[in-house]
Amino acid sequence: MYVAVKGGEAAISHAHGLMADERRGDRALPELDVGQIAQQLGHAVDRVMTEGSLYDRELAALAIKQAQGDLVEAVFLLRAYRTTLPRFGASLPIDTAAMAVERRISATYKDLPGGQVLGPTYDYTHRLLDFDLLDSGREVPPPRESDAEQQPMARVADILGQEGLLEPAQQGAPDTPVADVTREPLRHPAGRDARLQALARGDEGFLLALGYSTQRGYGGTHPFAGEIRMGSVTVEMVPEELGFAVEIGEIAVTECDMVNQFGGDAERPPQFTRGYGLSFGRAERKAMAMALVDRALRAQELGEETVFPAQDQEFVLYHADNVEASGFVQHLKLPHYVDFQSELELVRRLRREHAQARTEAGTQQQEAAE
Amino acid sequence: MSPSRHTAPDHAARRHWLGVLARAGEAALETAWQGLAQHPVHSWVRRPESGMTMVRGRANGSGAPFNLGEMTVTRCALRLDDGIMGVAYVQGRSHRHAELAALFDALLQRPSETAHLQRSVIAPLERERVQAGEAARRRTAATRVEFFTMATGREAR
Repeated sequence: MYVAVKGGEAAISHAHGLMADERRGDRALPELDVGQIAQQLGHAVDRVMTEGSLYDRELAALAIKQAQGDLVEAVFLLRAYRTTLPRFGASLPIDTAAMAVERRISATYKDLPGGQVLGPTYDYTHRLLDFDLLDSGREVPPPRESDAEQQPMARVADILGQEGLLEPAQQGAPDTPVADVTREPLRHPAGRDARLQALARGDEGFLLALGYSTQRGYGGTHPFAGEIRMGSVTVEMVPEELGFAVEIGEIAVTECDMVNQFGGDAERPPQFTRGYGLSFGRAERKAMAMALVDRALRAQELGEETVFPAQDQEFVLYHADNVEASGFVQHLKLPHYVDFQSELELVRRLRREHAQARTEAGTQQQEAAE
Repeated sequence: MSPSRHTAPDHAARRHWLGVLARAGEAALETAWQGLAQHPVHSWVRRPESGMTMVRGRANGSGAPFNLGEMTVTRCALRLDDGIMGVAYVQGRSHRHAELAALFDALLQRPSETAHLQRSVIAPLERERVQAGEAARRRTAATRVEFFTMATGREAR
């Protein structure tokens, strides 16, 4: 338990002043602009929006600036701001099949209707430091363009689905309310809607490690990236004043449909099952990790043994949120003086008793020997 | 199926311009506004207010809906002196963007102004958006990849 303490106001204020000074850094260098962060540190912004659970590039960039690039702290800042805003309602589900695609790849089929486009990617680079970037005045040539017509990009899942080789996307019962983990506490077993929301908000590092663990045999189901697509989708909602749906804006998202083997059971023939990942912005690693963990968490529903951490709903969902995790770990550094005093008393008493017991035991042994 | 695909025909035109106004930048709307010969008087029904809309996705893209995360949205509603009400729900936190969108929404509902504003404001904004999308599509198209499967040693024998 943490008991409130008094005092320290001046030191705290000075410490915050020192932090602001450190954040500004060498005054000989120009100050970092929020617009520059939004434009040039786009992946950091995307991660903070996804885990901060608020799509607003400028606010996420501001949080990154304020947190000096500490992304978990920036997520916390964005979450805190989010609680000050009223909610106007929910959007219609976004239609990722109608996405203005900037990247679309599949590891399962090389020839897809609509083809594969790499888009902006670090894949196939050698991960060598580019020393040209040290020179900030460097001209970047405009990207190449192509006149090739874009054919419609049907979902890869629909191709496999036609033969019945792939399970169809799970539909909910009509008119069931959609779970919202920001409004009601998680209950176990959690529905897939609550799980997907918690995973979408979850820490990328945590989900990456868990997803990796499933690949290494801790709940492995031999996954393939059936399809990854990234691009912009329109967001529609039904304003209460209008009563019909209107487009309110456009967001960038990354989606991963992961395909996994399934041996079948008494009712179901062997087929491929699916995990799903969806994130704001360009966050492919997050979407892939989320899809792996989503599939692992379906173990119970698919009649698989649940023995590994990634298959354990309570373990995964209660520890995925980095704002909660960071808060609980970091509260340990706040003054616990009263708590510690009582523990100190306890340990002193136990030591006294321990010493006494040893002395008595020694005396008895001596007596027995004599 | 979403309500958007079941919109009554009389909503279709308004639905379209509201979408264009929401997705246009504040600066573009300001320019269009300054270009108007007359600026109507309005009173607030709901002052501009920034908040959030919960964005929903679907499991595996086409399954049951789930809550992905929120986005910032600003809304307002106003009434022109002739009683016509304009409404705006626009992404982001700009009160001015919402105000201008609601003003244009109200003006576009005036039968005498619909055709003119569709031509002079909505069509150019939409053209800009289409052109930006086309440029992005052309850049993406240049990264189209054709993978070839290499024959394995076993197949070669």
